Amino acid sequence: MDEALPRSLVPGVIGVLVRRGADFAAAEDAVQEALVEAVRSWPASPPRDPTGWLVTVAWRKFLDATRAEATRRRREETVADEPPSGPVPEADDTLQLYFLCAHPSLTPASAVALTLRAVGGLTTRQIAAAYLVPEATMAQRISRAKRTVSDVRFDEPGDVATVLRVLYLVFNEGYSGDVDLAAEAIRLTRQLAAAVDHPEVAGLLALMLLHHARRAARTAPDGSLVPLAEQDRSRWDTALISEGVQVLQAALARDRLGEYQAQAAIAALHADARSAAETDWVQVVEWYDELLRLTGSPVVQLNRAVAVGEADGPRAGLAALASVDASVPRFAAVQAYLHEKDGDRTTAARLYAEAATRAGNAAERDHLTRQAARLNSR
Amino acid sequence: MAKYLMLKHYRSTSKSLDCAPMDQWTPDEVSAHIQYMDDFAAKLTETGEFVDGQALSPEGTWVRYDGEGRPPVTDGPFAETKDLIAGWMVIDVDSHDRAVELAGELSAAPGPGGQPIREWLELRPFLGAPPTVTE
Repeated sequence: MDEALPRSLVPGVIGVLVRRGADFAAAEDAVQEALVEAVRSWPASPPRDPTGWLVTVAWRKFLDATRAEATRRRREETVADEPPSGPVPEADDTLQLYFLCAHPSLTPASAVALTLRAVGGLTTRQIAAAYLVPEATMAQRISRAKRTVSDVRFDEPGDVATVLRVLYLVFNEGYSGDVDLAAEAIRLTRQLAAAVDHPEVAGLLALMLLHHARRAARTAPDGSLVPLAEQDRSRWDTALISEGVQVLQAALARDRLGEYQAQAAIAALHADARSAAETDWVQVVEWYDELLRLTGSPVVQLNRAVAVGEADGPRAGLAALASVDASVPRFAAVQAYLHEKDGDRTTAARLYAEAATRAGNAAERDHLTRQAARLNSR
Repeated sequence: MAKYLMLKHYRSTSKSLDCAPMDQWTPDEVSAHIQYMDDFAAKLTETGEFVDGQALSPEGTWVRYDGEGRPPVTDGPFAETKDLIAGWMVIDVDSHDRAVELAGELSAAPGPGGQPIREWLELRPFLGAPPTVTE
């Protein structure tokens, strides 16, 4: 059985339970329990109507839990036993669930955790493993997040931008545990794209597909990082690239540019080049200009300086770098790269070593240390 | 999210710790101190920020490779090494500011007379996995 199939039905089923009167937190718990049962029993006896099956089982779990709760409090049962033949899920339910789980009142970490559970249908254990924290900690993070949004109305209008930020965070986390968060982020973004027609949703999906396409080439067998310019481009996934480009072109045609479309456009230009040397750097710089106009981000400014260095030479790159805030992560690494291109190996070696001490992750630190060592050993 | 290590150094002779060493506290003061640590960890589990934490024995051993076919050399503790790691805690938080806030709170653990010991804690960010999108 495709493990993602029952999970893809989760948002809709939660929506049905909520519209039948269950509160979100209880509905979400009930659907998780139903999901566990589905994973156990569907391989042997697949239901003809998977959604109907999940609704029925989840509603029963919800009633059981509510009764148990009522008994525990020694109160009379007050919950109406509605027959489990109810409305079918609507596309809107899925979208509302994304909005709720990315609600602005949540911290990024809470929104990510809640989205992975209530929209993605992952178990708390899986999410904890993916983020390398104890299951008890993740369980608390999720239940706090549920409490935070408990007063939010399920049909409250939301902002797609907050949802996209959460999905981007999930994608960027990559894959550290046994859950492939990048693949899960793509699945959730596809699902969102099916629920709402929005060029930036398509832009983010395209961005993810284009980066995911390079995954096999991004790391050497020993786990070390392979920079874009040195990647074996024959290992890029051409099917993902052509899908990403297609999704992006359709989005761009609508003429409502946003930061994810611009980022995807840059990724598409890299994907389009048969070698690093054949990259259309002039166009890459133009897209960075667009991106800078949209975001004003110093990180974009930094990456733009790299592109300028490729398009107009290292001196121009260094000139572009001069206006970038030096405290931006990877600043020294970019400076080192441009100085080496400019022929100043001594300065480059010193800057690579400095960049290594400021690296935010071990793979990058090791890569930068090797660069410094390479220049120092000649 | 980012993970941080909070290192509790134990420097009996430095200005890291202003109060008397723990073995000169009253038993109740020691218990109150331990209880504070436990409560702090429990609170962080409840806020979804706790990863791990352990107390360490102050008596350690220094170990070094001594060549093929030979057992490792052991030595120490070196007399000049006053800096002993007494324990550590790993947290997973939304921001560096939050990590600083929590370290400050942990540093307020009670000592003699129930007063905060105000020990210096060292806060070190983890090097995690590289992000997917870099350009």
